[in-house]
Amino acid sequence: MSAVQKLWIGQDLAERIGQHGAETYPYECCGALLGRDASEEAREVRELFPLVNRREDSPRNRFAVTAEDVLDAEKAGRVAGLDVVGWYHSHPDHPARPSEFDREHAWPWYSYIIVSVQSGEPKEMTSWRLNDDRAAYSVEEIEVGRHAQA
Amino acid sequence: MAIKVMIPTPLRVYAGKRDSAEFSAATVGEALGHLTKEFADLRKHLFTEEGKLRSFVNVYVNDEDIRYLAKENTPTKDGDVVSIVPSIAGGC
Repeated sequence: MSAVQKLWIGQDLAERIGQHGAETYPYECCGALLGRDASEEAREVRELFPLVNRREDSPRNRFAVTAEDVLDAEKAGRVAGLDVVGWYHSHPDHPARPSEFDREHAWPWYSYIIVSVQSGEPKEMTSWRLNDDRAAYSVEEIEVGRHAQA
Repeated sequence: MAIKVMIPTPLRVYAGKRDSAEFSAATVGEALGHLTKEFADLRKHLFTEEGKLRSFVNVYVNDEDIRYLAKENTPTKDGDVVSIVPSIAGGC
C-alpha cells in the first residue's frame, strides 16, 4: 500500500458503533463491518453486524469473536450482498490506538475500527490495517458521510 | 488424496485473490504445508515463528475442528475440504 487507505462510513453507522461501546461500557463491545472495497484506496462500510464479546473472563480489556461468530457475520454479509471487511471494538477508558495484544491477534486486510469510550461516552474513533509483515499497523483514514457511487 | 483448502478472505490477497486451492495431501498438516509453500506470504499469518498454528487460526476438515481430531496430523481423504476460519481478538 503506497497511499493511506481510506474507510468510508455513514454518520449513522459511526454513531451506532459509539453507541454500542457506550451500552457495553465498562466492557469492550465488538462487531463486524460489512461492506465493499470501493477502489484501490477506499473501502466502504455499508452495514454493521454487532456481536457479543465472548471474553466473559476479562471483558473490560479484551474482546473475542469466535469462528462461529465470524461465519455468522459472513453469512449476514452474503445475504446483504456485502463482504466482511473488518471489525470494530471499543477501548473503555483507553485511547483509540491498537495495543500490542491487538497487533498480535490481528489479521491482515481487515479494517479494525477502535472507538475510545471515556467514562461511558464514545469519543475518538480510528481505523487501522495490519501491515503485511505483522510488525505494525497502518492508519486508515475514516471519512464519515462519504459513499461510493451507487 | 486430492483435497480442497478454502482460503479466508483476509488471506486471499496473498493467494492471487483465490478463495481456494487444491492439493494432494494425506494430512491437514501436509495440506497447509503445500498452501504455504505455494503462497509463501500466507505463512506468517497462519503460523508463529516457532511453526505452531496461531491461536486465532481455526482449521476444519469438512465441519470438524481439527483441535478435536488429531490436529495437524488429522488424515484427509479424496474430496475433503479443509477450511481456515479466523477468530478475532484484541483489547486495550
